[in-house]
Amino acid sequence: MGNFLVWVVWFLAAGACLASGVAVVSLTNPFYSALALIGNLASLAVLYLLLAAEFLAAAQVLVYAGAVMVMFLFVIAYLGGRADAPWAGGPPLLRAAAIVAAAALLVEVVVVLGLAWGDNLQDPAQVSDSFGSPAEIGELFLTDHLLAFEITSIVLLVAAVGGVVLGTTRERAESDA
Amino acid sequence: MSGPGIGWYLIVAAILFGVGALGVMMRRSPLIVLLSLEIMLNAGNLTLIAFARQLGDLDGQIFALAVMAVAAAEVAIGLGLIVAMARRRLVLDVDQASALRG
Repeated sequence: MGNFLVWVVWFLAAGACLASGVAVVSLTNPFYSALALIGNLASLAVLYLLLAAEFLAAAQVLVYAGAVMVMFLFVIAYLGGRADAPWAGGPPLLRAAAIVAAAALLVEVVVVLGLAWGDNLQDPAQVSDSFGSPAEIGELFLTDHLLAFEITSIVLLVAAVGGVVLGTTRERAESDA
Repeated sequence: MSGPGIGWYLIVAAILFGVGALGVMMRRSPLIVLLSLEIMLNAGNLTLIAFARQLGDLDGQIFALAVMAVAAAEVAIGLGLIVAMARRRLVLDVDQASALRG
């Protein structure tokens, strides 16, 4: 019974995930695209929970669906009507090439998966209840992966400085003139 | 693990990655391209987390967290670029924004 329930949750989450992914790519109003991406991230968080990644599921909802998407929505609201993204335009040859390239990527991954399906994709490792808990992740970050942790902080600092520089360029140019 | 095996998660991640790649290549609005990039990054994250569960090794989850931080940084810079383009009255179209000069 528990097994059946896991499958049901998995199908709902995976279906929502794929449907909202297609919606993000195909909608012409970027506001709706961003909302669909929030749904995509939330359903991915459900999949993370099924994979025993509790902390990552929480971080996904807080950081991505919360902070990052709010940033997106603010910029879309700032741009207003200029943000509209109609499908029209673009050489048809380029579109066909894009579809072929994306399909090639997909086929490649699926073939590799099919080849490996029977071998080592079956029995997952036994893990304890604390697998993926904040305590274990935090301990790993401060012991084995301390360098990655520190570099991440520098990356975020550089991005923050870059965002400020990009945002103030025009004012400086005006005051120079 | 009761329920779907890791292969099912990997297939979802593969389809998601293909959809995101299609969005990056076909759409011309930089906003939608950024959103599609997020989909591709999250497909990669799903793969990392699925393998972390499969192998019983938390390193994959650590890597996924690092990817999340990089994605946040990328969105901050990308949105900054889009706002800068909008302020300069440039057309919001990635095909026409081919010069790196301000």
